[in-house]
Amino acid sequence: MQNKMNEQSGNRIVLDGLYKYFGNVQAVIDVDLQVRQGEVVVIVGPSGSGKSTVLRCINHLEVPTKGAVYIDGVHLEDKETDINAVRAEVGMVFQQFNLFPHLTALENVTIAQKLVRKRDKEEAERVGMAQLERVGIPEKANSYPRQLSGGQQQRVAIARSLAMNPKVMLFDEPTSALDPEMIKEVLDVMLDLAKDGMTMLVVTHEMGFARSAADRVVFMDEGQIVEIATPDDLYNNPQHERTKLFLSKILAH
Amino acid sequence: MTTLEQQAREKTPADAWAQFPWWLLAIIGFLVFMGVLLTVGEEYNSAFLFVKDGIAVTLRTTLTAFGIAIILGLFAGLGRISHNTIIRNIAITYIEFIRGVPTLVLIFTLALVVVPEGADLLKLDVKAISPNSRAVAALSIIYGAFLAEIFRAGIESIPKGQMEAARSVGMTVRQAMQYIILPQAIRNISPALGNDFIAMLKDSSLVSVLAVRDITQQARLYAGSPFRFRESYLVLTFLYLTMTLVLSLLLRWYERRIRQDAK
Repeated sequence: MQNKMNEQSGNRIVLDGLYKYFGNVQAVIDVDLQVRQGEVVVIVGPSGSGKSTVLRCINHLEVPTKGAVYIDGVHLEDKETDINAVRAEVGMVFQQFNLFPHLTALENVTIAQKLVRKRDKEEAERVGMAQLERVGIPEKANSYPRQLSGGQQQRVAIARSLAMNPKVMLFDEPTSALDPEMIKEVLDVMLDLAKDGMTMLVVTHEMGFARSAADRVVFMDEGQIVEIATPDDLYNNPQHERTKLFLSKILAH
Repeated sequence: MTTLEQQAREKTPADAWAQFPWWLLAIIGFLVFMGVLLTVGEEYNSAFLFVKDGIAVTLRTTLTAFGIAIILGLFAGLGRISHNTIIRNIAITYIEFIRGVPTLVLIFTLALVVVPEGADLLKLDVKAISPNSRAVAALSIIYGAFLAEIFRAGIESIPKGQMEAARSVGMTVRQAMQYIILPQAIRNISPALGNDFIAMLKDSSLVSVLAVRDITQQARLYAGSPFRFRESYLVLTFLYLTMTLVLSLLLRWYERRIRQDAK
C-alpha cells in the first residue's frame, strides 16, 4: 500500500484495474495506466476498443464499474471526493466540440471560470482573451459558434478548457469531425500545448501528432491495453499481432 | 440558367392567388364588419359596453395564471426527467392526473373542492379566497401540467454533449441546467409556450362557471336579460377573435425572427 502511494505521487493520472460494462458489453477490461506530470500519452485502437470510454472515466462522465481513478492522488470513486472540483482540474475536448451555441466564443471561455472558479468578470475575460489568443482566434471573441468553422470551434473548445487552468487535458478524437483542411490548425494548437509541458491524454488516429508529441502510445483493442511503447517502437516495431493488424489497416494507403 | 432562375423567382398570377392569405382577409373582414356594427348598431353598442368590462378580468386571469403555470410547469418538467424515483413519480402523477380529466371538470374540482380543502388544511379562511383567485389557481394547476410536457420535450431536445461539456468544466447539474440547458431549451420551446398562452386565453372563458366576471360571464349576464343572445355572443366572439388573432400574428412574426437568427 505504501508502495502504491509513492508510485502515485509523481503521477497526474492513475488508472488502477479499471472496468466499465454497459449492460453485458464489456467496454473496458482491467486497464492500468499512469500518466506522469508533463507527459503526453496517445491512445490508439480500432473503433469500439474502449479508448473513449477510458477517457470518459477519467473525469467521471462515465462511472467505472470496477477499479479506481486517481487524479493527483485524489480517488474519484471515493464518496468524499467533490467530483466537480476534480473536473475543474481536468480539461476535456470533445469530438463534436460541444460549444455552448447560445453564448459567444468569449462567453464560452468565461462562463465556467465565473461559476466554478468564482472569478470576477474582468479577470475571467482577461484569462479568456489570453486563451483565445493562445489558440489563435482573439478576433472571433464576439462570434457565436454557428459563425465559426469547425476548426475554429474546436480551438474555442480547447480555450474553454484551458481557461480553467487545468492540470490535465483529455482529448477525445478532437480532429475526427473536422474537414481535412482544418485538422492542422487544431493539431498545431495541441502541439504547442504539449511543448509547454501540459499533461495530455489524447485519443486520436493522427499518427503525425503521436510521432511528434507523444512520449508513449497506448494500443487498445476489445477493451484491453494490448501494448504501450514509444511512438517509434509502436509504429515501426509492434510486438503484438493485434497491433500489427491494426497498423497494417491504417497504414495501407 | 438565368432565365430558369428568373422563372423560379417570378411569381405567376396563379401562385399569387394560391399564396395570398385569404383566411386572414376573411377573419379581418368579419372583425371590421363587427366593428362597424358595434359603432352604428345601438343594440350591439350597448352589448359591447357591458361585455368590455370583463376584458381586464380575462387578461389579468390569463396573465397571472400563465405566469404561475410556467413556474409549475418548469419544476414539473424537471421533476419528470429527474433521476430521483420519488420526485419523478410525483411529477408524472400530477401531469397524468390533469391530462386525464376535462378542463371544465378540473375547474369545478380544483376551485370548489381542492382549494377549499387545501385552505382548510392550512388553517386559512376559505371565504377569504375570492372566485378570481380560485380561478387563477385552477387554471395555473391545469396549464402547469401541459407546460411541464413542453419543458420536458425542450430539455430533452438539447444534445447530451451540452450537459457533458458543462459538467466537464466543473459545473454542477444545477448550474448546467440554469446557464446552459434551459436558456437553449426555452428558446426552442418559446413558440409552443406562445401557443399555450393563446389556448389558455380561450380556456379562461371556462372560469365564468365560477361566476368570475370575465368577458364570457359578462356576455352571459347580458344575454340573459332578456334573451339578447345574438348581440351578446357575437360581441363575445369578436373580442376573443381579436385578441387571439393579434397574439397569433405576433407569434408568427416572432417564430420567423428566431428561425432567421438561427441561420
